[in-house]
Amino acid sequence: MNIHEYQAKALLEKFGVPVPKGAPAKTPEEFVTALAALPEGPTMVKSQIHAGGRGKGTFTDGFKGGVKFCKTKADAKEIAGKMLGNTLVTLQTGPAGRKVQTVYFTVASDIKKEYYLAILLDRATSRPVIVASTEGGVEIEKVAHETPEKIFKVHIDPAYGLADYQIRQLIFGLRLNPAEAKNAAKLIRALWNLYWDTDASMVEINPLITTPDDQVLALDAKVSFDDNALYRHPTITELRDLNEEDSKEIEASKFGLSYIALDGNIACLVNGAGLAMSTMDIIKHFGGNPANFLDVGGGASKEQVVAAFKIILGDPNVKGIFVNIFGGIMDCNVIATGIVEAVKEVGLKLPLVVRLEGNNVVAGKKTLADSGLSLVSGDSMADAAQKIVKLVAA
Amino acid sequence: MAILVTPQSKILVQGITGEFGARHTKLSLDYGTQVVAGVTPGKGGQFFEHAGHKVPIFNTVADAARETGATVSAIFVPPPFAGDAILESVGAGLDLAVAITEGIPVKDMVRVKRAMQGAKTRLVGPNCPGVVTPGTGEGSRGGCRIGIAPGYIHKKGRVGVVSRSGTLTYEAVYQLTVKGIGQSTCVGIGGDPVNGTSHLDVIKLFNDDPETVGIIMIGEIGGSAEVEAARWIKANCKKPVAGFIAGATAPAGRRMGHAGAVIGGAEDTAAAKIAVFQECGIEVAVTPSDMADALIRTAQRSGVALS
Repeated sequence: MNIHEYQAKALLEKFGVPVPKGAPAKTPEEFVTALAALPEGPTMVKSQIHAGGRGKGTFTDGFKGGVKFCKTKADAKEIAGKMLGNTLVTLQTGPAGRKVQTVYFTVASDIKKEYYLAILLDRATSRPVIVASTEGGVEIEKVAHETPEKIFKVHIDPAYGLADYQIRQLIFGLRLNPAEAKNAAKLIRALWNLYWDTDASMVEINPLITTPDDQVLALDAKVSFDDNALYRHPTITELRDLNEEDSKEIEASKFGLSYIALDGNIACLVNGAGLAMSTMDIIKHFGGNPANFLDVGGGASKEQVVAAFKIILGDPNVKGIFVNIFGGIMDCNVIATGIVEAVKEVGLKLPLVVRLEGNNVVAGKKTLADSGLSLVSGDSMADAAQKIVKLVAA
Repeated sequence: MAILVTPQSKILVQGITGEFGARHTKLSLDYGTQVVAGVTPGKGGQFFEHAGHKVPIFNTVADAARETGATVSAIFVPPPFAGDAILESVGAGLDLAVAITEGIPVKDMVRVKRAMQGAKTRLVGPNCPGVVTPGTGEGSRGGCRIGIAPGYIHKKGRVGVVSRSGTLTYEAVYQLTVKGIGQSTCVGIGGDPVNGTSHLDVIKLFNDDPETVGIIMIGEIGGSAEVEAARWIKANCKKPVAGFIAGATAPAGRRMGHAGAVIGGAEDTAAAKIAVFQECGIEVAVTPSDMADALIRTAQRSGVALS
């Protein structure tokens, strides 16, 4: 689960990570109260969406920049009015962009130097890793590729936690002066506590800055959480913003379906994540374009199949459907019955290819054949994929 | 010989009285697997009964292992308690713990993996379909089935299968069986970012197993485990290996069902992994329908009889 920058900053403050003073606003009326909480002077206005690249983004009405520096609070209020309710397109949002429903005002900090700091899981060692760099405010992947010597990493032993010597390794690597080092040590410890105590998947501070008076601040913050651990963090779960999520994905999750929208026109309905991914791949392999990833899970019920059909048909781009089920334990005939009922219930008009394999498959195929529906049967994944690609192209 | 488990292996089931655990324990008993004990705290002394089988239930794994000689655990415990369940099987000194549970918090697995360092117990999973060593009976009955895989699609034989994904494993196994090619052992290592046994661990076991003559390795986007295994294969494995990577069309940054199936950097895309497979002499299945055929191609080239 992702959260907004203003929510992340509040969480950072709670754990003792210094951030520039700021206040969010969801309506023009709230601009006044939010700005009243900040001192007079240079102010940043930041669009709150769950996507990066905001500063370089463009709004759909042509207004440029989702993050703006303003010399006065009055200017900030005016700029905020242009952002709120407007749709921001960045490199990460896709062409549709995201509607800005919250703006965040912060004091504009004096920056001496920008750094990078993040904590995430290192899969290779199965341990958390803290990554720091003297190159902040830029893409860390680029730094890692071009100047790997400017990146410092420490792996955390989960049995002991973050050791002080590891903090020193990072601080000396960043070549901070003594006053900065003292502040950075406290900050890194606090950030680690946040990561570990909240079951975060990643905390990324880019940039982390030093100021002329040797303060160390998190100027931006990206925090995401492990969905599987949300059950033990009710206050964090409350930070979820459904406006930032695809409505079809939310609907799917209510039925225990895992759905991700893509930009093609062949919808897929599959059991199992690996098979669902490779069903998308095989459609592409034979020249088609998948419209979605959809995993109905191991025990697909009739209700789930009906819900799945409704969700994939909610995508106007869909021109055909490929159902690919390997019924290992499940009875294929139960699945076939579910498909037939679902097709009748939603009044499907589009081409449908079904590939059914596994337990009681003969009865399942007979149910499909006897249904009177104009669906096409596929023998293997390859056969079925070629059939649906051909039908959609026709 | 098979790897990890044989038809004689004695299995206990943690979470045997839960709906999920009970359903699959019945299927394993039907398959002929030696399920000798169940563990549900507070239900010690009761029995799990199915089709003439009467499996004793114990309060703790240590009790179950001591009383029945079970050396392997199948874990069906719900996610909030599954990490603890894994550690209980480690504490009881079992040889193997197979964690089927999906949705265990990453932090729990990070801690469990650290706590398991140096322990004799091997962990397979979590979030995996389990392990099957097929038997010689009808529909491969008489084998050892731990987890949730359909037993009947297997056939006893000489090909090892290792995969992160459940249904994709079944797909590969089924393709082999239909072509008359049996399997030594099929291992689902699970789709989570932090798991016990890796692709490479299983490949090493297959390489050392005289009964296994060919290997299918199925991977997906995310992480670098398949790449690590492929490089080891190039340097050390003399047996023919076919590979498949799911997720070539997956968009970056989106988690594709499995918690671990997410593209983070340039190295964990399907294209990058497939390139490494090819460079390491692994015959790449062009589509998921091609997995068994890919193994047949490479086996023929090296003059290995798969069945």
